[in-house]
Amino acid sequence: MSSRKFEPRMGRLEDRALLTGKGRYVDDIHLPNMIEVAFVRSPHGHALFHSIDATAALAHPGVHAVYTHADVVRTLTSDHIPPDQLIESFPATTWPYILPKDEVCFVGEAVAIVVADTRYIAEDAAALVEVDYEPLPVVSNCRQASVPESATVHRDADSNIVSHFTTEYGDTETAFAEAAHVFGFSLNQHRGGAHSIEGRGVVVNYDADAHHLTIWTSTQSAHKSRDAAVELFDMDESQVRVIVPDVGGGFGGKNTVYPEEILTIMASRLLARPVKWIEDRREHFIASIQERDQEWDIEVAVDTEARVQGVRGTIYHDQGAYTLLGLHVPHNSSIAVPGPYHLPSYSMEVIVSETNKVSSIPVRGAGYPEGNFAMERILDRISRELGVDRAEVRRRNLIPGEAIPYEMPMKTREGTPMIYESGNFTRCHEKALEAAGYEDFARLQQKARAEGRHIGIGVANMVKVTGRGPFESATVRVGRSGRVIVYTSAMAMGQGTKTALAQVCAEQLSIPPDQITVVTVDTASSPIGIGAYGSRTMVNAGNSVHLAAGEVRDKAIRVAAHVFEVEEKDIEIADGFARVKGDQAKSLTFKDIAKALGAAKGLAIPKDMPIGFEATVNFRPPDVTYCNASHVVQVEVDPETGGVEIVRYVVVNDSGTLINPTLVEGQLQGGIAHGIGNALYEWMGYDENAQPVITNLAEYLLPTSTTVPNIEIIHEETPSTLNPLGVKGAGESGVVAVAGAVISAVENALEPFGIWISDAPISPMRIVELIEESKAAG
Amino acid sequence: MTDTRTISVTVNGSRHDLEIETRLTLADFLRHQISLTGTHVGCEHGVCGACTVLVDGQAVRSCLMLAVQADGAMVTTVESMTGENEQLHPLQQAFHDNHGLQCGFCTPGILMTLLEFLQHNPSPNETEVREALSGSLCRCTGYQKIVAAALDAASRLRQDVGKTAGRRES
Repeated sequence: MSSRKFEPRMGRLEDRALLTGKGRYVDDIHLPNMIEVAFVRSPHGHALFHSIDATAALAHPGVHAVYTHADVVRTLTSDHIPPDQLIESFPATTWPYILPKDEVCFVGEAVAIVVADTRYIAEDAAALVEVDYEPLPVVSNCRQASVPESATVHRDADSNIVSHFTTEYGDTETAFAEAAHVFGFSLNQHRGGAHSIEGRGVVVNYDADAHHLTIWTSTQSAHKSRDAAVELFDMDESQVRVIVPDVGGGFGGKNTVYPEEILTIMASRLLARPVKWIEDRREHFIASIQERDQEWDIEVAVDTEARVQGVRGTIYHDQGAYTLLGLHVPHNSSIAVPGPYHLPSYSMEVIVSETNKVSSIPVRGAGYPEGNFAMERILDRISRELGVDRAEVRRRNLIPGEAIPYEMPMKTREGTPMIYESGNFTRCHEKALEAAGYEDFARLQQKARAEGRHIGIGVANMVKVTGRGPFESATVRVGRSGRVIVYTSAMAMGQGTKTALAQVCAEQLSIPPDQITVVTVDTASSPIGIGAYGSRTMVNAGNSVHLAAGEVRDKAIRVAAHVFEVEEKDIEIADGFARVKGDQAKSLTFKDIAKALGAAKGLAIPKDMPIGFEATVNFRPPDVTYCNASHVVQVEVDPETGGVEIVRYVVVNDSGTLINPTLVEGQLQGGIAHGIGNALYEWMGYDENAQPVITNLAEYLLPTSTTVPNIEIIHEETPSTLNPLGVKGAGESGVVAVAGAVISAVENALEPFGIWISDAPISPMRIVELIEESKAAG
Repeated sequence: MTDTRTISVTVNGSRHDLEIETRLTLADFLRHQISLTGTHVGCEHGVCGACTVLVDGQAVRSCLMLAVQADGAMVTTVESMTGENEQLHPLQQAFHDNHGLQCGFCTPGILMTLLEFLQHNPSPNETEVREALSGSLCRCTGYQKIVAAALDAASRLRQDVGKTAGRRES
């Protein structure tokens, strides 16, 4: 989109409703006769239960039903969530139940659903449900879970290991045998949550007369919800409609089908009336997915010039109690290690173990932050051991700009070659260093230290796969209103999707974006689609809209040329008209063309032209695209308190062609804030019984306006060669490199104490401990 | 069992006399009893700030306050902000112009927080704005554009006050 007809940085079409309290989130939907649910959840990390006594709950005024496993069995085609992965097969015990029969495997697992007039009453009644538990041994740590003598997460499992694989290439043995230096260390990366400010939620209306389900759900993957309902309720696609209202953020937490969603549908189906469930924050802490729980043992082989020759090690990945989304996170973590760096040999063993914690699937970043953190720690270790500046170590190891496109000697999840097809990592790195004043920082640091202040700088570089297919759908249609409407399977959850897609459409049809309506997911108007995750919406849906709008434009030109008996090249599209160039009198409105293509009598259309002023395109990206970024961060640390203040944050980011730079900046700033949480604050604690010790936002520290600095963004705009718009992903581009950069900066600030940080997040208490340990060691 | 009281509360200028359960939170009263769903609930613990409304002009967490405690009070919610002809309030307009919102779920609470803050501090600096916003959690934006919007709004509101004063004088 080199020459643009309309302002790229336009304000969002979504804003007015959201600013005036007229947004329509799932909990804003009120249907006549609607009732609500609450769940009875396991207080144990692992237990059998022998009975569920709902007598008192059912006797409670206002209670309509209490359903348990037996009701699931009599109503649904299965008592398990339909597996998402067709190709991977895991032990049956790894499949999550809709409601378990007699065993709970994490604190928060639902064992019964209570339906009542209001949520207040449903919660009262849930407290009256008596479950006879017999606690079983609990597995709370993924490394311990992987040893043969460990207790098992599921009673019937032989082992907790879901998968054990090695991501490798090159000759690591020789690299380590011949290396000038070998360094080794371990890392602990802790789990955190998605924590969209709006939790999950669903409203279901089962119309018994029509045998039809309408489901409003706060999700990132509506079609998955629709398909699960179709399968479990033995209905067809004409009988199940999923509508996604305004979604108050996702970040991965809404990208799977959960038991609560299915059970709320079941309640509506059985009671034949509208039913609502809205997740509260405590439920989000104990029953929504989390990510980042990994322990790493790493060794690096390096030559005398600080060039990495090989990396090997083991990742212990905590999968949680069930496998919801295959091996996406551990696989991603293992392939993310080399990132933008030239790594000649690599061998990473990955042990994926279940624990008695809520399941782990991608949260913004999807395994890449963990892999990136490991690599950036490796480079910092080399710098420290060899006395080579940290930016210089990176400079020596980055894949040079002229080597792009660069084929990594690894495969993507699809098994295709992993090719960095565009971008320039070294240029981004140098730009970021320059913008952040890296060269001059040592002088400032000396000065600060002389004043007793501890300031530090950190650098990290990232690459992340984005824009994964297979597709998103777009139909661009003009009806009798003459108004251009885009129907798309793109999922909007705050990114400004409608605005950006309207902008793409506008460029093709020469109509201002604010005159275009974008309808995001409603399975009635967009029957096929995938979901919003993996920074994939603009690549998939953006290009579908671009191509569909182009076809609509071509149709308008053909109709006008036919009507006015001129060549197609003599027709122009502008201001909502198709007209003969230089002859304003000979023009057709979009309304005229819609009428003609809607087969109204009066206007002749070419005989071979398909009916309908519309086009549908399901763009299939030929391969994934890779966004990249270089981060430089300055911090100040108080060694007395361990408090870290981020003073300055510079990022050079390449997400390819920018449809709306302002929206991309919003994505980067939000992603970096999330990364700051992962680096310094967000710690989802469990005790040895896998009991969550943190269940509200007062205990779990989300980044705040006083802990996130202004982010200085410099755009690199290298178009992707793999799609017509040249776009790459942006949603996760911010988050990946933050922990590596921030923790490097903290260490740098505390250089006089010589500490080494192996935890993310790093808490003030831990920083103080490390300083004390370092002092004690002398 | 469930204890009820009749309360009389004025919300955005409209009086509501309703019999409600004493345990009903003000947030749920606003959202589900009188259908003002612009006020959102994000944490039920008074931490995230999404449910912030004004009670007698003061910003409060409506998830932590019972509706019965609002008996006799004047409550102001985000729905009151637009003026005649649905024109956006300068604060809302500044949020639009500065991309101060993404998913929009935390936005009403932030608007109400800032509405009160800017009345007390019409010329804040960035640090003061960040302090004022520190009780409002946003997962989408990283706060930067919210802060920019707040500073921009302060400037617009000062100009509006200036204009009004100018008109009065003439």
